[in-house]
Amino acid sequence: MMNSRDVVLQTTSQVTVFIIMTFSGFLFLAGHNNPGGGFIGGLMSAAALVLLALAYDLKTMRQALPVNFHYVTATGLLIAIFSGMGSFVFGAPFMSQAYDYFTLPLLGEVELATAMIFDLGVYLAVVGVTMTIILSIGEDR
Amino acid sequence: MIAEPIIAILILIGAIISALSAFGLIRLPDVYLRSHAATKSATLGVLSVLTGGFLYFMFFEGLISAKMLLGIVFVFITAPVAGHLIERAAYMSGVPMWQKSIRDDLKLAIAEERKSKPQPEKSQA
Repeated sequence: MMNSRDVVLQTTSQVTVFIIMTFSGFLFLAGHNNPGGGFIGGLMSAAALVLLALAYDLKTMRQALPVNFHYVTATGLLIAIFSGMGSFVFGAPFMSQAYDYFTLPLLGEVELATAMIFDLGVYLAVVGVTMTIILSIGEDR
Repeated sequence: MIAEPIIAILILIGAIISALSAFGLIRLPDVYLRSHAATKSATLGVLSVLTGGFLYFMFFEGLISAKMLLGIVFVFITAPVAGHLIERAAYMSGVPMWQKSIRDDLKLAIAEERKSKPQPEKSQA
């Protein structure tokens, strides 16, 4: 191959990765009242990382996000378990969820639910599992 | 209301352009010309359909859909790049051009690049 570094693809992916990551965050936050949630948000941010790895290479992608994705999966599962066990503190059954309205600075009145924490665990687990699968397939030459 | 015929015309034009692009995909002779038809006119068709949908939701539902704007920008950025990558991959894997095409500047450019730094090519071979 003449040169595997394609300037058009690299420049475009620099722009589009930001759009995809933003949309993934939007999907994650919108999951309570709209289509979205932790699963497709996690899949979409994994897709952004795969796009980076396609446009550059795996080493550059690891420099952009220097984490071990096994730990990401484990952290997601731990967050999900502890968000379920948090209901024991209030004497409620496992995985009981609650929500309330809070007034945050800069954002106004926001509905915050404990299901959000569980969804964060799902998000991290999905990102970790997807990236582990893709990297372990893609790294063998 | 003036918005309704504009939206109808936008969506109709988008559908017609998409159909034209499909006809180009059937009728044109080689990969490069087909990709020319598929990327440009399909992008414009999808863009005008999406713009029509965006205007519809803006005027009739009172909803400014940022997702749709993001989709318009995203398709506008990525569809030509996808066409570029497909054509480049086709050229690099040696798909022949149409017999009647007369200019091939990329061949000269690749030959010059090989001439300027022949060592890695020979070591590869």
